[in-house]
Amino acid sequence: MVIERRIKANGGLALEEIGHDYDGRLVVDGVSLAVAPGEVVCLLGPSGCGKSTTLRIAAGLEHPRQGRVILNGVVVSGPGVHVPPERRQVGLLFQDYALFPHLSVADNVAFGLTGQPAAHKSARVAEVLAQVGMQEYAMAYPHMLSGGQQQRVALARALAPKPRLMLLDEPFSGLDSRLRDQVRDDTLHVLKKSGVATLMVTHDPEEAMFMADRIALMQDGRIVQLGRPVELYCEPVNAFVASFFGEVNRISCVVRAGYVNSPFGRIAAPGLADGTPAELLIRPEALRLAPSDEETVYAAQVSAARLLGRTSLIHLCVGDPQGDHLHLHSRMPGRFLPSEGEILEVELDASQAFVFPAGDTN
Amino acid sequence: MLVLVAALVAAPVVVVVLHLLVSSAELWTHLAQTVLPTYILNSLALMLGVGAGVLVIGVGTAWLVTMLRFPGVGLFEWALLLPLAIPAYVIAYTYTGLLDYAGPVQSGLRALMGWTSARDYWFPSIRSLGGAITMLTLVLYPYVYMLARAAFLEQSVCALEAGRTLGAGPWRCFHKVALPLARPAIVGGLALALMETLNDFGTVQYFAVDTFTTGIYRTWLGLGQQAVAAQLGALLMLFIFALVLMERWSRGRARFHHTTSRYRHLPRPRLRGVAALLAIIGCLLPVVLGFALPAAVLANWAVQTASLDGHFVALVGNSLLLASLTAVLAVALALMMAYAHRLRPSRPAGAAIRVASLGYAIPGSVIAVGALVPLAWVDNTVDAAMRQHLGISTGLLLTGSIAALVYAYVVRFLAVSVNTVEASLAKITHGMEGAARTLGHGPLATLWRVHVPVMRGSILTAALLVFVDVMKELPATLIMRPFNFDTLAVQAFTLAADERLREAAPAALAIVAAGIVPVILLSAAIARSRPGQ
Repeated sequence: MVIERRIKANGGLALEEIGHDYDGRLVVDGVSLAVAPGEVVCLLGPSGCGKSTTLRIAAGLEHPRQGRVILNGVVVSGPGVHVPPERRQVGLLFQDYALFPHLSVADNVAFGLTGQPAAHKSARVAEVLAQVGMQEYAMAYPHMLSGGQQQRVALARALAPKPRLMLLDEPFSGLDSRLRDQVRDDTLHVLKKSGVATLMVTHDPEEAMFMADRIALMQDGRIVQLGRPVELYCEPVNAFVASFFGEVNRISCVVRAGYVNSPFGRIAAPGLADGTPAELLIRPEALRLAPSDEETVYAAQVSAARLLGRTSLIHLCVGDPQGDHLHLHSRMPGRFLPSEGEILEVELDASQAFVFPAGDTN
Repeated sequence: MLVLVAALVAAPVVVVVLHLLVSSAELWTHLAQTVLPTYILNSLALMLGVGAGVLVIGVGTAWLVTMLRFPGVGLFEWALLLPLAIPAYVIAYTYTGLLDYAGPVQSGLRALMGWTSARDYWFPSIRSLGGAITMLTLVLYPYVYMLARAAFLEQSVCALEAGRTLGAGPWRCFHKVALPLARPAIVGGLALALMETLNDFGTVQYFAVDTFTTGIYRTWLGLGQQAVAAQLGALLMLFIFALVLMERWSRGRARFHHTTSRYRHLPRPRLRGVAALLAIIGCLLPVVLGFALPAAVLANWAVQTASLDGHFVALVGNSLLLASLTAVLAVALALMMAYAHRLRPSRPAGAAIRVASLGYAIPGSVIAVGALVPLAWVDNTVDAAMRQHLGISTGLLLTGSIAALVYAYVVRFLAVSVNTVEASLAKITHGMEGAARTLGHGPLATLWRVHVPVMRGSILTAALLVFVDVMKELPATLIMRPFNFDTLAVQAFTLAADERLREAAPAALAIVAAGIVPVILLSAAIARSRPGQ
């Protein structure tokens, strides 16, 4: 609430209880979110979770059925109010860049600079093109540029009219992976330097963690968890959040006296009643392997091991307390390739193991 | 806005269909006892004959140029489209001039064989049902050819190769795989050709084959029985409706037929010797008979009779005026409707666009009748009101001017521009629109500064297609034109009807010349869209 009060005073974006449906199908359901100037907030979620619709509502391209959009302290969408996108001073950056094919780079960037003297316009165009390092391409046409260059021109075009809010819709997914890291880094710096409030949509958790000051993870039109990246990763509120940030081992279990029994010892299940069917989620990094000896408490048998580059993935076969065999994955840094059938000692990092009631979301 | 346009476009059809309800039993029985059976039989015979003809020629030539290689195949690929440029009534006059008793063919035969009169020999009469079927087949087969060829080209080579690996030879593969896959497209082309057959007025009128269109024309202008004309139109609509259903049905099935998007050149066997010669003749005949010969004959006649007098210039001016007015209107309306639907997609808006595109299926004579009834009512009401309150007579504001005619044209040809504009608009990403909007441009400024420049080519194409269709249009023009207002098509028709075939040539040739432009555009578009190139 502190952030929201700050936004009403200083600018930025606030979404209040936004609801929207397409032909009766609810796609956004009670989304509330605030973005302060200079802050980057990511809407993260699987496809169809309503994140892009939320972005389009913020831009004014969709009119929400419920709730209000407040931009710089002014209600721009709400009951009886709809400020069209062209009067909102927002910058929008698209997945396909949406450069105008019939205009040169300079004309594309100047497109949003209306009602200014020509000299101001060309000065501003040169300024933003320099910011993204594209000043040499002012006379080129979009089809002559590479994907990364098009992305930078699109960023310059969106920034040129000095928007109060930047909206980024999967802005890097059109780039190949090597270029993506570079462009992502550059974009983050340009955005941070301009001090604009930024709301970005992505389905890639790593990208969200790279770009965002805060992440709003969405599912079925609702925000499941909103917070700093480290909060979502280390303190997920449910199984969906925990598993969205990477592969997890899932083990069914039952709560007994505030704990669940795992093959690697008891794990605290705070707040869950005795007898509750539960699910234990363990990140592969949390299963640390070492050669076993006489003092080994918990052991597992290696069924396969693969080097994936920076890490190694080890398939383990473990007997659980019920006497069944479980197939689990462990991820170890660097090259760690035990031979098949080897028995290893397993140590569980409890901070990366989470217990949720069974049948919880996903 | 959308609904209003849709209502205006649908009005003539609604008017015609409503006439079925207000049936005047007496006239109805009279009709049923006299002309109606003839109309129905003739129309059915025409559809059967033309349908069989266009299927054989259209699918046959499409198969030859797509699946095989022989000398000249590259030329035939586009030349087979050329007959589209010639309206059926023009080819009908031309062949009549060539083949009737006084024409060069029969005269030549008589001179050669020493015959002196028609009693000495038998020669098929061109002015007959069979003649009409032949004429319509010659100019309408390109619809089937075009769609069948596109379907053959679009077929994923994987399906064919899967057939090959399963042990079927190339011929069996074509028969068992390619042809069934192309069937929806072929049915679609057939439906289009049959709609044009039902729409035809000039040919059947000239050949004195009584069908619905000639019946409508005669009862309207000759007998002044407007209600009966409208009822005939309504009956004709039943035929059209069946064809529309057939086309929709074939298109619905077509959706299932693109399984993969991998394309490669089809393996085309090369023909040699006699087989190649037969293939060349098979492709050459439709082009020569459907285009080259009639065009050459027309050009020859035109050179003999052409005089650039004031009357001809006025005709060209009238045709150009009508065609450009309609083209601009139809494209502007199409652009507004498609853009409005894009900005606020809704089911009613989508339905409105579909309704507005229905006109293309409706014969010009039906539209004319359906449009004149309400327009005349408006004219009379306005005139009466003005006379009563202001003491002046406004006369026939709409039906007495080209306004009514342009309205009928727009109703009939709006589909052409809507389809072209919609297809082009769909290629502009929504991102581009969002970018323009967030960069401070309103919806209209966005349309003007982004969509229109990007779509320039398609907008011109749409305008051109409508333009040429209006140049060729005959039945609606004949019924709705203001007194003493002639166009090229009307001139060609009336001169030919007076047996002044040679004098009709300049006007007919001008129409053909205009008609070639969209054929060139079409073949260029097909060449561009060809996968794997």
